[in-house]
Amino acid sequence: MNELAEAIPYLGRHHPKAARALVLGLILLAPVLAASVGNTWVRVLDAALLYVMLALGLNLVVGFAGLLDLGYIAFYAVGAYTWAFLASPHIGVHLPFWAVLPLGAAFAALAGVLLGFPVLRLRGDYLAIVTLGFGEIVRIFMGNLSVTNGPQGINMLDSLSLFGWEISRGLQVTENFKINALVLFYYAFLLFVVGSVVVIRRLQFSRIGRGWAAIRDDELAAKAIGINTRNMKLLAFAMGATFGGVSGGLFGSFQGFVSPESFTLLESIAVLTMVVFGGMGNLGGVIVGAIALSLLPEVLRHIALPLQQALFGKVLLDPEVLRMLLLSLAMIFMMLLRPAGLLPANARYARAEYLHDKQEAA
Amino acid sequence: MSITLLEAQSISKRFGGIQALAEVSLTIRKGEIYGLIGPNGAGKTSFFNVLTGAYTPDGGEFVFAGSELPTGKPHEVVARGIARTFQNIRLFREMTALENVMAGHHLRSDSTLWGILLQNRHMREEERLITERAYEMLRYVGIERFANTLSRNLSYGDQRRLEIARALATEPQLLALDEPAAGMNATETAQLRTLIETIRHDGVTVLLIEHDVKLVMGLCDRVAVLDFGKKIAEDVPAVVQRDAAVIEAYLGGGHHAH
Amino acid sequence: MENLLQQIVNGLVVGSVYALVALGYTMVYGILGLINFAHGDVLMVGALVALQVATLLHKFWPGLHPLLILAISLGVAIPVCMLLGYVMERTAYRRLRNAPRLAPLITAIGVSFLLQTVAMIIWGRNYHSFPPLFPTIPLEPFPGVFITPVQVTILVASATLMVALIMLVNRTPLGRAMRATAENHRVASLMGVDTNKIISTTFILGSGLAAVAGVMHASNYGVAHYSMGFLPGLKAFTAAVLGGIGNLGGAMVGGIVLGLVETIGAGYIEQLSFGLLNSSYQDIFAFVILGIVLIFRPTGLLGERVSDRA
Repeated sequence: MNELAEAIPYLGRHHPKAARALVLGLILLAPVLAASVGNTWVRVLDAALLYVMLALGLNLVVGFAGLLDLGYIAFYAVGAYTWAFLASPHIGVHLPFWAVLPLGAAFAALAGVLLGFPVLRLRGDYLAIVTLGFGEIVRIFMGNLSVTNGPQGINMLDSLSLFGWEISRGLQVTENFKINALVLFYYAFLLFVVGSVVVIRRLQFSRIGRGWAAIRDDELAAKAIGINTRNMKLLAFAMGATFGGVSGGLFGSFQGFVSPESFTLLESIAVLTMVVFGGMGNLGGVIVGAIALSLLPEVLRHIALPLQQALFGKVLLDPEVLRMLLLSLAMIFMMLLRPAGLLPANARYARAEYLHDKQEAA
Repeated sequence: MSITLLEAQSISKRFGGIQALAEVSLTIRKGEIYGLIGPNGAGKTSFFNVLTGAYTPDGGEFVFAGSELPTGKPHEVVARGIARTFQNIRLFREMTALENVMAGHHLRSDSTLWGILLQNRHMREEERLITERAYEMLRYVGIERFANTLSRNLSYGDQRRLEIARALATEPQLLALDEPAAGMNATETAQLRTLIETIRHDGVTVLLIEHDVKLVMGLCDRVAVLDFGKKIAEDVPAVVQRDAAVIEAYLGGGHHAH
Repeated sequence: MENLLQQIVNGLVVGSVYALVALGYTMVYGILGLINFAHGDVLMVGALVALQVATLLHKFWPGLHPLLILAISLGVAIPVCMLLGYVMERTAYRRLRNAPRLAPLITAIGVSFLLQTVAMIIWGRNYHSFPPLFPTIPLEPFPGVFITPVQVTILVASATLMVALIMLVNRTPLGRAMRATAENHRVASLMGVDTNKIISTTFILGSGLAAVAGVMHASNYGVAHYSMGFLPGLKAFTAAVLGGIGNLGGAMVGGIVLGLVETIGAGYIEQLSFGLLNSSYQDIFAFVILGIVLIFRPTGLLGERVSDRA
């Protein structure tokens, strides 16, 4: 969060405390502000937080360990379908979230290791293509198997619930004041995002984080200092997939239905663009990237459509086209103009409190 | 002072039609600085790569500190106590000098995934220790003031030192240096020489592959000479320098351009 | 038996389209070490441009001979795609030659999606039926085995183009410069080769072939749409890897083999998987082959003839 605060122009540098308060305030009040405009916007924020989690997980694989994974959305799918199987009338099982989410995470991690094993020796670009193939295979299976209901998908998924209280029913505080379910989802997802950030930071400042960074920077040298690159890569795939699996489960609970349509290559690419756009390796950057690229298309949708109507009398570019345009241009221009991303990685791999104070520049 | 640390027993390696190493045998004693020299393409780097597990030998084996070394598994070789540097420096470019050395401690630390996720006491203690030791190691090689500089921004000489510090962080018994003086000026080479002597003095055996014959002859206790993948001499520098085959290999023939 | 023979014919046709596209991948990879992810979308652009031209011609000169229409549409589609290839290289990839290794690939993915989006804006999301430019009555060379005139043309044309390309690369000064550049950029430029020009030329040639392949693909299936390039592109890449990326002959062999495996596999997948899978899983063949080849024999069937270290 401090990184986000520091990234605010002027304020971040000169009044760090004010900047931090501003960021915190925005994070906490966002759904309330959004709700005052319209519930659609709260829904957009909820989805943005899911993208944040996905981007954080993918960043662990791409930004930390340097493994370009183009099939990341498959783990999201595994998590979502796990929720669909274990918490819906589909096969009539209704397990609570604290059982389904870890199971989804575990299945996703397993899928990560299954994918990881064969691709261990592959170089960057080949790895990318094979993971893409993996993602497509998973999607083709989900779209054709009968247990997954094929392209129709599975619906009537359970919502998040705690002690029998379902979040989707909202929270009746007093007789005339009810907290909207979408707002509740926001805070629930926020908890998960904060948890993810904590977990990822801990990994980053550890022998594991340094091992990943070493593999990313120079695999041969990493081997030469005794890092078991095979195990570390598998761990990166598994950990990254875990985040995908958890957010997939949350997605299922939020959306209420799952279908293969949500797990296309475009989604993998979208998450990758978020990571790249914000700044690979840098958590603050990744979060900003995910929020920016999930909110912008929605803003465009609400501005560009009426604008087109007014100007041309008809809709020339529909929202989905705008989104693709935005994503592809973001990807190309970021790589050409600012390859390190919006907030370039200053990712460190040692805990600040142990570092000596003197920081003389070379 | 003559306990054997490493024994290479008729190591052979072919690359396609080229016999890079032909039954090379040599013995490195504990506590010495051992030089391995030879003209370009003599097989020095191949020997190095086979020793450190980057390649699997076609024949022969290494006995290190009394037992056989695994082949083709670099990280296990490091675990047994052989650390290396590279001829063309290979640092972790996006990490600071300090983090490079901390990464070198990977092998000698054992915090588990759970320990890290829960931040248990063992993990925090270990992390503090790694940071301390990494600073010490940077001080040892003389670049502590650059601890928080990205390694790619260091000067050439300092990058060499950092690479040595990172290798030492794996707590090796044998430190294998691949042409550490390459590209250095006279002052830097002199400093490097002092560093290597200090390292030996502190109990680490050194295997030095070098092109700079002067450095090797002045620094090493014993020297082996490779030519066309064969060992043609192995003795103290004074003797090797006068060896007819060695002189022939370096000066005669005209097949080496160096 | 007729069934198998029929699938072999279909496989050869599909495979030769893959082979043409694979040539583009393999040439670019051989020279730049870049997987030009957008190459499949060049095929799509080729097909849609040709379709557009053919539609316009139909409208304004209703009586025009179909073969003339075909020639004119190709005559427009090929230069358009060549220009597209040139612009792609010039504006995007050239700046990234010394960038970190993931940057060019990510850019290429971006270019691919950009092309699809632009195509979607111009031609919409719908499937367009490709005008039949050939007689539609199939020939029956063996009893029970059919081959359409389109398919015959595809086989003949792609064979011709492949031979021409091989001659170009192996027999002409341009080809020699291309091979030199693939071997080592720096040395080639020291020897007086204008490597930038050679790289541009490679993109132009590859894109031209993709344009032809696009028209073939669209005529063979009778439809064209904005995302039609993705799967053939990916499969052609698989073919290039299968044959040994950087190796022209390998790309052709890889394309044919992949086409055969895919069509024959699709015909028998139900029996092979004991009724578990049906032909809607046809597309996973390419992915599975790709994975297996990359993992167990990354140099492909014919090995790497052209160095990829350049």
